[in-house]
Amino acid sequence: MLRDFWNGILKENPVFGLVLGLCPTLAVTTAMENGLWMGLAVIFVLTCSNALISLLAPVIPSRVRIPCFIVVIATFVTLVDMTMHAFVPAMYQILGIFIPLIVVNCIILGRAEAFASRKPFLNSVADGVGMGVGFTGALMLIGGIREVLGTGALTLFGHRLLDLGPSYPAALSFILPPGAFLTMGLLLGGFNALGNYRAARTRQRRRSALIERTASRAEAKATPTGPTAGAGAERGQQS
Amino acid sequence: MKFVAILVGGILINNFILARFLGLCPFFGVSRQVETATGMSMAVIFVMTLASFITWLVQNLVLVPLHLEYLQTAAFILVIAALVQFVETVLRKTTPNLYTALGIYLPLITTNCAVLGVALLSVQQHYGLVEAVFNGLAGGMGWSLAILLFAGIRERLALADIPPAMRGWPIAFISASLMAIAFFGFQGLFKDLFLR
Repeated sequence: MLRDFWNGILKENPVFGLVLGLCPTLAVTTAMENGLWMGLAVIFVLTCSNALISLLAPVIPSRVRIPCFIVVIATFVTLVDMTMHAFVPAMYQILGIFIPLIVVNCIILGRAEAFASRKPFLNSVADGVGMGVGFTGALMLIGGIREVLGTGALTLFGHRLLDLGPSYPAALSFILPPGAFLTMGLLLGGFNALGNYRAARTRQRRRSALIERTASRAEAKATPTGPTAGAGAERGQQS
Repeated sequence: MKFVAILVGGILINNFILARFLGLCPFFGVSRQVETATGMSMAVIFVMTLASFITWLVQNLVLVPLHLEYLQTAAFILVIAALVQFVETVLRKTTPNLYTALGIYLPLITTNCAVLGVALLSVQQHYGLVEAVFNGLAGGMGWSLAILLFAGIRERLALADIPPAMRGWPIAFISASLMAIAFFGFQGLFKDLFLR
């Protein structure tokens, strides 16, 4: 269950790993706080819909499952929509139509179809929270980068976390639509480069381990007490 | 004049992909070849125009008189899902040629947020029926223009020598960014036609 939770944050991060749910990812991330609120809304919808769908899945006929999932998701989205309209009207204005559009966010329907409809209740909840947190983290990262580069400052709930001062020439284009695509492209490229580097390093390590092992095996064959020495060397390798 | 403004605004100025960020998943998903992008664009224009029409009727003839505006999200998405299913069935029965061309793209459109987005925007702007339909048409055409241009770029990108880490998704996003910069130039065009 813990694995289901971490899976959404790191390995299958919905934004950087699966590249899903792009519209809100790029549209609302002009500031870190916007990303956070969007993420919170998605965590709520994703967790609730995953939970309810995993409970309902056995009684939903598989032919009409997609419309049923959509109704479940739309219910929770309407809840979020009305709650945010009532309690955080300023943020509701900023996020605009992207709150009702959570309904068509591919992550939520995707998780309902691929995970919640076939797994037990608690695992589905863990998956929903994990995926939601991973999505929120990605949105805050993109939002943070765009806010810092675009305005030279970082503000969260009215607290100024970072201020580059008036000498920083604010690159306004990072707040504008082109900056969203650019930030996302460079981040994905960075993660790819990191992944390639780590893959190359593990390959290297595996290869050198293999060379060592064959060398020690050859050595063990050469000595008269072959089998025991060889086994010992191999055990040493494994530990 | 208003219809020209809606068309120009939807296609160039407030382009659905490059300025409003609606319908990005299929934009990146089916833009590897111009041919598939063409099929998808036709399907999107068709469904967006039709969906604008139907959702306007649902909003103004059902939801508003019954004071059920809070059901908007659920009602719209169900209407769109049903509409897509209906279009698919009708096409399969009447024009098999068009169906084979568009068939595989139609189910994808239900989760294309551009369709629901255009319906919600038309409600937000208090458009009349004809304006809403024009808005849907313009949105679909803007979406298609962007994906067709993008597919052309990606076909050439496939042959380019790109650093390994930037291949695939990253370079696609950066190309889209450059396209968005180009489309940003339209903001200054038609100052008095500018709609928001």
